[in-house]
Amino acid sequence: MTKQIVFALTLLITLGIFGCTAKRIIRFFMLTKPAFPVKDFSKRLVVVFTVAIGQTKIFRRPVIGLFHALVFWGFCVILFGSVEMVVDGLFGFNRSLKILGTVYNVIVASGDIFALIVGLSILIFLCRRLFFHIQRFSGIEMKHISHYDANIALTLIFLLMVSLQAMNISYVDLQTANHLTVSGIYPVSSVLSGNFLGFPSEQLNILYETFWWTHILLIFLFVNILPYSKHFHVFMSVPNVFLSRLEPLGKLPNMESVTKEVKLMINPDAAFQVLSADAEVARFGVKDVDDISWKNYFDSLSCTECGRCTSVCPANITGKLLSPRKIMMDVRARMKEKGPFLLKNGKSFNDSKSLLRTYISEEELWACTTCNACAIECPININHPTLIVDMRRYLVMEEGSAPGGLKTAFANIENNGAPWQFSPEDRLLWAKDITLKTK
Amino acid sequence: METQKINIPVIADLFARNEKPEYLFWVGCAGAFDDRYKKVTIAFTKILSYLNISYAVLGKEETCTGDPARRAGNEMLYQMQAMQNIERFSSYEIKKIITICPHCYNIFKNDYPDLGGNYEVFSYIELLDQWINGGILLIKKDALNNPLITFHDPCYLGRANGIYKEPRNILGHLTGNVVEMKRHKSFALCCGGGGGQMFKEAEKGKKEVYMERTEEAITTNASVIATACPFCMNMLTDGIKYKNKEAEIKNLDIAELITQSLGL
Repeated sequence: MTKQIVFALTLLITLGIFGCTAKRIIRFFMLTKPAFPVKDFSKRLVVVFTVAIGQTKIFRRPVIGLFHALVFWGFCVILFGSVEMVVDGLFGFNRSLKILGTVYNVIVASGDIFALIVGLSILIFLCRRLFFHIQRFSGIEMKHISHYDANIALTLIFLLMVSLQAMNISYVDLQTANHLTVSGIYPVSSVLSGNFLGFPSEQLNILYETFWWTHILLIFLFVNILPYSKHFHVFMSVPNVFLSRLEPLGKLPNMESVTKEVKLMINPDAAFQVLSADAEVARFGVKDVDDISWKNYFDSLSCTECGRCTSVCPANITGKLLSPRKIMMDVRARMKEKGPFLLKNGKSFNDSKSLLRTYISEEELWACTTCNACAIECPININHPTLIVDMRRYLVMEEGSAPGGLKTAFANIENNGAPWQFSPEDRLLWAKDITLKTK
Repeated sequence: METQKINIPVIADLFARNEKPEYLFWVGCAGAFDDRYKKVTIAFTKILSYLNISYAVLGKEETCTGDPARRAGNEMLYQMQAMQNIERFSSYEIKKIITICPHCYNIFKNDYPDLGGNYEVFSYIELLDQWINGGILLIKKDALNNPLITFHDPCYLGRANGIYKEPRNILGHLTGNVVEMKRHKSFALCCGGGGGQMFKEAEKGKKEVYMERTEEAITTNASVIATACPFCMNMLTDGIKYKNKEAEIKNLDIAELITQSLGL
């Protein structure tokens, strides 16, 4: 009974802290702008099954991708065991879900094997980060804190797997020593069991309880650390895939506010009707974090800074400042900085900083070729180019600021209908004197 | 061998005669003004005439789609251009559009519908592939003497619209020697010309994007770099020039390879 009460209290504290964090993040979402209506559920489920469950995009890098996929699938299976632990802890049962029979055996057996696989994969990830120079783990945006962040999360996952495996081993040992049935199948733990720690059988119970508590407390800790780390990815990535932009990568979102103005220019008679309806004049494009859409913010929270986007960016590869990963990290950091003040002091809050310029320079934005290599590469369907274009929209339409060559191209399009200075009268010059050879 | 002069049909003239073409052939600014790309426009119109396709161009009534403005953030200018084009298309009752520029293709196909412009939009690559597969366009494989060709995927055909198979199918009919660059299809590296870059100086860096791509193309030892986009052609032609490889490597558009093999 004491165990149940202690467990319930711990769970309550965990959920309480998590609830506060979630509330804070949801309030930040309230500061953002609409993106697109979430519909087409069947299409979205297909994307979840391929990109998230099937890990199709992570396999664009097959070797290291496989390790990530194994960790992901392992997490899914192991989650089942964690849910069982919560039920057991609350109601004082032991292996409560064994009523599922064969299904239980299969899941527990996979979980036991995956604990080993995930543990080993995490060791590989840690070694890669600590002892090898992986190009995409460096970059101007990758500060010391980003590396600590990664290593802490990986260590924590490693400890989770060690405690899980130890719990399973001691469970098998405990049951065997007391001549009780072992619920579930443990292909790895059975091999490692057999009292290898040399514990007397009467103390096996203490050993098992210790590992049980270590594992569940680590989970509770993990849950509450994640939202403050780049590994918030663990929670956000699958929902982010579900909320993917479903349009072709080449499509940019239309700006209705501009459409309204353009229609006014074409048909000035409608002017006064529209003006009266338009009380608040919205800013064109994105200057600061309260101009971004909820999807941009969702993207930034889901990003785990893997750097696949930056490693394929033509601008970044050729030494320009632009790094798509940095754009996502900047959005997240700026919301963390400005969000609380916006919530406290209202929309008029101004700290004379902004996402554009304080965090992201014009030089970075103008280096983008909108080639969409970053967007197609992102394993969780983050879309960087639309946000980059949104910031360009602010620069061009609110400030009239653009590189000289582009200003000339704009002027040419306006004056002579082509980005270069040619007269429309000359558009058919190519068509003179074309001959076709016939037999 | 006889030659026959082709007259490029202009839509206003056809309308005056109460005729309606099946396709609008959208030439694009590069196709109309860029000296190198004009040759691609001519090659494609030769194929259209050769196959007796019912088409017309807008001629002097054509204007920029607004794509470079849009990708560079000038939404206002883009929408002005788009509305103007949509109005013109309606007045000529246009249903089907062919483009030889992937940027024009993408903006008609993906962006114009939001402003009420809904058309069947075709990249010339899609149609050429259809015509070859349908047996309408017959190509002899040995006509070009089996050159080693590598294809550079334009971002706005490939990643933006998923057209990867079609250009490769066509090349497979033109030669038995197609070689892929290390980064190809959805992994392809941009030429560096999209998103408005074509019209501005590159930002400070250690290299030009087109040089990075040209070097990759050169390592395939291909004698032809095939492209399907005016910006890619411009960028890669510059790259070949800077690498002093003009004698060994030709940068040709897929339409030009077809007219060469047909001897048009």
